[in-house]
Amino acid sequence: MPIDIRMPALSPTMTEGKLAKWLKQPGEMVRAGDVLAEIETDKATMEVEAVDEGRLERILVPEGTENVTVNTVIAVLAGEGEAVSAPPAARQVAAAPAAPAQARGNGAHPPAAAASAPPSSAPERDWGPTHTVTVREALRDAMASEMRRDPSVFLMGEEVAQYQGAYKISQGLLEEFGPKRVMDTPITEHGFTGLAVGAAFGGLRPIVEFMTFNFSMQAIDQIINSAAKTLYMSGGQMGCPITFRGPNGAAARVAAQHSQCYASWYAHCPGLKVVAPWSAADAKGLLRAAIRDPNPVIVLENEILYGQSFELPTDEDFILPIGKAKIERPGTDVTVVAFSITMNLAMAAAEALAAKGISAEVINLRTLRPLDVDTIAASVRKTNRLVSIEEGWPYAGIGAEIAATLMERCFDDLDAPMVRVHGVDVPMPYAANLEKLALPRIEQVVEAAEKVCYR
Amino acid sequence: MSTAREAKPHLTRPHVLALLREMLRIRRFEERCAELYQQEKIRGFLHLYIGEEAVAVGVMQALLPEDAVVATYREHGQALARGVAMNPLMAEMYGKQEGCSRGRGGSMHVFDAATRFYGGNAIVGGGLPLAVGLALADRMQNRANVTACFFGEGAAAEGEFHESMNLAALWRLPVLFVCENNLYAMGTALAISESETDIRAKAQCYRVPSAVVDGMDVVAVEAAARAAVAAIRAGEGPQFLECRTYRFRAHSMFDAQLYRSKEEVERWKERCPIAQLSAWGRSVGLVHDADIAAMEAEIATEVQASVDFAEAGSWEPLSDLARDVTTPREAA
Repeated sequence: MPIDIRMPALSPTMTEGKLAKWLKQPGEMVRAGDVLAEIETDKATMEVEAVDEGRLERILVPEGTENVTVNTVIAVLAGEGEAVSAPPAARQVAAAPAAPAQARGNGAHPPAAAASAPPSSAPERDWGPTHTVTVREALRDAMASEMRRDPSVFLMGEEVAQYQGAYKISQGLLEEFGPKRVMDTPITEHGFTGLAVGAAFGGLRPIVEFMTFNFSMQAIDQIINSAAKTLYMSGGQMGCPITFRGPNGAAARVAAQHSQCYASWYAHCPGLKVVAPWSAADAKGLLRAAIRDPNPVIVLENEILYGQSFELPTDEDFILPIGKAKIERPGTDVTVVAFSITMNLAMAAAEALAAKGISAEVINLRTLRPLDVDTIAASVRKTNRLVSIEEGWPYAGIGAEIAATLMERCFDDLDAPMVRVHGVDVPMPYAANLEKLALPRIEQVVEAAEKVCYR
Repeated sequence: MSTAREAKPHLTRPHVLALLREMLRIRRFEERCAELYQQEKIRGFLHLYIGEEAVAVGVMQALLPEDAVVATYREHGQALARGVAMNPLMAEMYGKQEGCSRGRGGSMHVFDAATRFYGGNAIVGGGLPLAVGLALADRMQNRANVTACFFGEGAAAEGEFHESMNLAALWRLPVLFVCENNLYAMGTALAISESETDIRAKAQCYRVPSAVVDGMDVVAVEAAARAAVAAIRAGEGPQFLECRTYRFRAHSMFDAQLYRSKEEVERWKERCPIAQLSAWGRSVGLVHDADIAAMEAEIATEVQASVDFAEAGSWEPLSDLARDVTTPREAA
């Protein structure tokens, strides 16, 4: 008795399809599980398998026919004597699945490297001859040399390419490295920051320039939640080698939304490293180290420092370690700790104090996280007095952190309560007289040092 | 023409059974997770994917092992379908160090470097720019991979959604955006959170080619994903799929579901992706009762084995608390 073969549905919701090809011809013997035909719709293809045994008697719908309705009889099978249905377990399908049902990769990304050498505690190396350069040039040279050294390093941000940098830090980089490695972005901080973090997960070493760190608040979710936390959340599987850099803190007369210090914001967060260069040597050495570091590093620059000149080693390999402070001026009576532009105040105050017979030891923190507590503590054990300087607000600030840490480490060595010099706890005013009043000044540092020395 | 044909799902018996099996693995795994939550073996937030299985399983069919996946806090389904093994996934639910994220992440932060599974992101919209960046890294390193990015329709209200669409389209990056539109952002219906409820239109206005798919039909999802991935691999830039789906369970374990009616839930359950595929498979003779019985038995064994594995697992030593906060410095 003949058996009808019907057009099957290609999916639960499809109603018609094309009979693409007959794989059996009239007269051929068919066993259960043999592929009789292929059908196709705009979305999928399917093999029609024989359920029963027999001889293909007639094809009713020729191959190439479009719009064949589900359940239409497409062929007739003649049962040879007693056609028996094969049990399901005996069915064999010759065709391989179109795609692997499960994707099991070989591990394009090996787990992050385990512990290697700890940071060096050796005294700062002498790098030999120097030349005079601006902080701006030092930062540019740091990026250029790292981009030459490592093809996975690239720079992205607003105005970094054709405009040559809003503050001209990336001058010449587009010409040397081309638009694939010096990428202008739209004004879309949250988007391009997350994009850069994803690119770091994917094996690149992005440098993200924020036109100023004020705009990084748009992107802070990606900096903290993605860049800083993923290594830990993934159990060490996915590291994020990325550098976020740009001017931080007050410039001049640009008011509250463009004049904030983010030092304590970023230094607060595990998973990040934070550096704050002062001199050209700091800028070049720390930025190179940041780019090479396997972790997210925040590089807090300062717009006013960009044009200032310092001595910088000419050695092509010059680099500084993250996590090491530098004693910029040795002294015996009071330790003055500063970073970024407040180092200018510290150095000037030390001169003024020297004239008054007070010998100040000035420590340039260079790195805010991890903080070089050992260097500060060693100095305090010598001077027994401590003053900190920062442009930012005092509440939960870097000075507050230093105070707490040094009290834990050096309580018995302190001969006077530490004094913090800092920005006033107000949004930055525009008016020149008020702006000046809101920022730390040399005379405040001198007064603080005198106070802790009981002068 | 031939490539377009190759890009279509090929509904052989093994393939249909594989689709069914993957969806059923997710369903049974998560049903067990819900029980384990009641027993306080699993804590924190637990967002179940039950009802939406066709989306993850359908999309994964179009991906290759070298491709990358970024998902949300409702990602158990994507992880299993992508090939993250059930044992480390269950151990992660328990917080054991044998977990795929060493117990550091839990339900919402599943990571697996071996399958290029980049989370498990618990910030709505947070995964989108990461996916665009992974795609940029692939292209800059001359790898012809695709990054699939899953997110809910609620993410379309985030700025990151729009920023990511713009950047991916602007730079023609190989990203497959998969919007799992289950109609509710937590408990807020689309209509009361969006002035434009057509999610596809939002992608289209960034010139990202987009399609709407029945997210309860795994074959339809696979077909759409294959077509989209083929277009991406052909260099046509990002593609967008809006998969219309529904979660049968509450948003998390703390949701009284006051925002939707039982009748609505029941109506959607009639379109259960597993029941639909199973019924169709039987009707066309590709799936038999014996297949389902065997599959259920195997999956029950696999789920039980994963629970045993997690139970037998160990807690990370307390001395490891600060491990992997940062990567130690690499050798120069």
